[in-house]
Amino acid sequence: MGVIRGFFRWLSTTLKLMTYNKAGFIGFLATCSILIVCLIGPFFIPLDTTTKIDQIYQPPSAEHWFGTDHQGRDIFSQIVHGGKDVIYVAVVAAFLSTAIAVTFGTMSAFAGGKIDGAIMGFTDIFLTIPQFPLLAVLAAFITLDNLTYLGIFLGLLGWAALLRAVRAQALSLKERDFVEAARALDLGTLHIVFRELVPNMMTYIVISFTLALTAAVYTQVGLVLLGLVPVSSSNWGVMISMAWTQGAIFFRDAMWRIMMPILAIALFQLSVITMTRSLELAFNPRLRTMV
Amino acid sequence: MAQNQLDWRTEDNSTGKPPLSLDNVHVGYATRRGKVQAVRGVTVDLRAGESLALIGESGSGKSTLGLAIVRLLPETAQVSPGVIIYRRDEREVDVLKLTPNEMREFRWSDCAMVFQAALNAFNPVLTVWNQTFDTAKAHGWHDKRAVLARLVELLQFVQLDPKRVIDAYPHELSGGMRQRVLLALSLLLNPQVLILDEPTTALDIITQRTIIKLLRQLKEDQHFTMIFISHDLAIAAELADRVATMYAGRIVELGTSDDIFYRPRHPYTLGLIRAVPTVSGGFEQLFSIPGSPPDLINLPSGCKFHERCSFATDRCIQEEPELETVGLNHTAACWNWRAVEEELKLNPLHRGALNVLDPSIILAEAA
Amino acid sequence: MAPIIELRNLTKRFGKGKETVTAVDAVSFAIEPGETVCLVGESGCGKSTTGRMVAGLLDPTAGEVLFEGKSISKLDSTAFRRYRQSVQIIHQDPYSSLNPTQTIREIITAPLLRHNKVKKRGDAEGRALALLEVVDLTPARDIIDKYPHQLSGGQRQRVAVARALTVDPKFIVADEAVSMVDVSIRVSILTMLARLKQEFDVTFLFITHDLALAKYFAWEGRITVMYLGRVVEDGPTQRLITDARHPYTQALLSAVPEADPELAHHKRQIELRGAEIPSLLALPPGCTFHPRCPYFVPGQCDVAAPPLEPVAEGGRVACPVRKLEHISLLV
Repeated sequence: MGVIRGFFRWLSTTLKLMTYNKAGFIGFLATCSILIVCLIGPFFIPLDTTTKIDQIYQPPSAEHWFGTDHQGRDIFSQIVHGGKDVIYVAVVAAFLSTAIAVTFGTMSAFAGGKIDGAIMGFTDIFLTIPQFPLLAVLAAFITLDNLTYLGIFLGLLGWAALLRAVRAQALSLKERDFVEAARALDLGTLHIVFRELVPNMMTYIVISFTLALTAAVYTQVGLVLLGLVPVSSSNWGVMISMAWTQGAIFFRDAMWRIMMPILAIALFQLSVITMTRSLELAFNPRLRTMV
Repeated sequence: MAQNQLDWRTEDNSTGKPPLSLDNVHVGYATRRGKVQAVRGVTVDLRAGESLALIGESGSGKSTLGLAIVRLLPETAQVSPGVIIYRRDEREVDVLKLTPNEMREFRWSDCAMVFQAALNAFNPVLTVWNQTFDTAKAHGWHDKRAVLARLVELLQFVQLDPKRVIDAYPHELSGGMRQRVLLALSLLLNPQVLILDEPTTALDIITQRTIIKLLRQLKEDQHFTMIFISHDLAIAAELADRVATMYAGRIVELGTSDDIFYRPRHPYTLGLIRAVPTVSGGFEQLFSIPGSPPDLINLPSGCKFHERCSFATDRCIQEEPELETVGLNHTAACWNWRAVEEELKLNPLHRGALNVLDPSIILAEAA
Repeated sequence: MAPIIELRNLTKRFGKGKETVTAVDAVSFAIEPGETVCLVGESGCGKSTTGRMVAGLLDPTAGEVLFEGKSISKLDSTAFRRYRQSVQIIHQDPYSSLNPTQTIREIITAPLLRHNKVKKRGDAEGRALALLEVVDLTPARDIIDKYPHQLSGGQRQRVAVARALTVDPKFIVADEAVSMVDVSIRVSILTMLARLKQEFDVTFLFITHDLALAKYFAWEGRITVMYLGRVVEDGPTQRLITDARHPYTQALLSAVPEADPELAHHKRQIELRGAEIPSLLALPPGCTFHPRCPYFVPGQCDVAAPPLEPVAEGGRVACPVRKLEHISLLV
């Protein structure tokens, strides 16, 4: 019971703080709406798979909100069904790269000396390798037909810049007196990292997570667009890729077919980025306890 | 309403009119939680040539009051009701009605504020000379040679080597040097009044002494009119002619330095003095004031000090006392100031001097 | 009985090559159990660095710290952890010494649980409440679930003291522990610390720049004065305050602003030859105070660093020129 009540108190504080920044709160609402549409929508809106020769390339109308594609299928239903895979892969990737960055960034800052040198050396080398060509080359060798694997793959490649930032943050926190007090009290490295340093970086970590999320969306769509990842299911990236390879950019009538998935991606990214303004407030430890 | 009555109390014994008169000045900040009542009805005259110390703890409103006079408060602050009148020669201005341009002029040529010499009081990319000349130009003084001569003169006055300082960047100077440069800069356009906010806080002891000596010179030789704002009673004891104790946004006691330090009539002033040790005074028993300063959004009823006061009676809980005369040129806002007077008869505040050398001389002679 | 803490030629250098700064230079002194010692000096004199080396938070470049007669650099890991817990530090800034994301409960119970200071998990709360009462945070129940920023500066400093007490320390380094606390409540914190000295047998090293506070806190104890990394004078507080011998100590005492108009206007003014403290990067040869000292003797003071020599009235003075001269602080 207590845990549930505690969770609701946490949730209400978070929501209240989110409203303090209007743009951020709108971003939050938009993100929530997109998530609801993409995750729950498919249960209510069937994916239109029947070819209708008489309805090819229709502009948006009351019947087809986003128009129709080259086979006369409803684009809106494809958008609704095409979001969850993109988001799933991005979330897996963002979780993994944030976890790597936070764990090793904090450890690196706290341990210092040779460990710090080794971790930073590896990170710097990793950063100098151009990411996208590396991805493209790797994708050619590894068959990524499983969404989770694709997420892990993207996560393993996306942590480096984040790690540097986390380390810088941890380095400045490490000098704070409460960390020194924890050392004097012999509370142990794990306690210092996960109870003293990480909670004070929560805002930063949450924002890093959203940035990693948006980065993963773009990389993923890019890979799909280039046809480097043979994802079979329908998703926003595949939709653009299909439209592209079928020359949709050359027909004025096909505009809706290529624009809609692009807009969906852009809107999702914009919502998430705007939402970070509110997240910044919601995870500020000082503000949290003032409400 | 009080803000409409402009009956200034001019002192008979002072020479000329007071350069600065504050009448019923209030400052409030709007916040999410409610209105912060930082200053609540301060009425005081600054006499020509005197130095007045505003003492009190954090949150007493002393710094806010200083910033209100030169109107450097953040935008969320509201100065009303209240009137601040500034006088110089035959000129008389209502400070709160000045336009932004007039205000800038006022801040340099009439009433200069000297801040605590943190690095951020300077522009980090400008040398002392650039900063000075920019200021001079902004006030229509374009004669480079004259400005330089004035700066050299001022730097020499604050005992800095002009050669070393003029082309230095702020970070190249020590804290004490920065404080002296700030002081010199504030004198550039010949102000009549200086407001010094924590002029020695965060400086080393020996540097503090140099600054104190300088300020004494300004006061005694140059007859500047000064307001010192400090949490440190020692600054008041070293430099002030008159001392005003502030608590919860009000002046609760105002009197000469000797009156305040040896014959205080407000329990808060007494509490502060009994809480502070000296080095060369006799070994004294010190006492803290219980509790902590009040929440400025949600002030207690009656006298704002009653929750921490050992003299408090029922009346203090219900009614807030106004300043009343408790001696010649000495006012205090306390219903029970006579009880404080009685208490001081039993336990006087003169701590005397430490019995210097006695044990050691005997020892030394024996050896 | 061995001193609880002893410093032998303790030295700390920062940086490399030309940029080397000697923050603490061969400092030696001992503190007996139950004694109160104040380390006094201006910023950059090395007093905080010394304090952090005593607390084992910083490794000395040379020399050693002895805890109960044993050099801490030679302790095995179990003994070092015991020492680590026996010596605690209280920081200057109560706004940065408590983690803003933890409640007072978490702050106090973490060390209790980690070091098995309570038998059962459930006992931790009771112990935490008791410790908060010890540092006069009453009623403790109203405090324990608050966050640090919901408390005043004085209350936070008390929490920091309670946290240090969780591990039953024998020695506490109080580094400018009250200088950021409001004037009106400083004394109550000092009184509380003095009470801990009695109730918990804690010995204090009180580091401060404020001689008046040092005089008040260590009236029955000793004061050690540092200047640019070296001890220039130490001795029983009452001797040092009334009969300082080293010109630097005298200059400090005469410079302290006094919160009493009569004393303020009767202080002896000692004119120094130079106002600025030399940079630690370019220390003057010999006695580091000689460029500012009014009693400078050319050919003596600027040649060799004067050793600390005992004086008959108690303590040691590092000034062969003035160690037998008395001056009065008031005129």
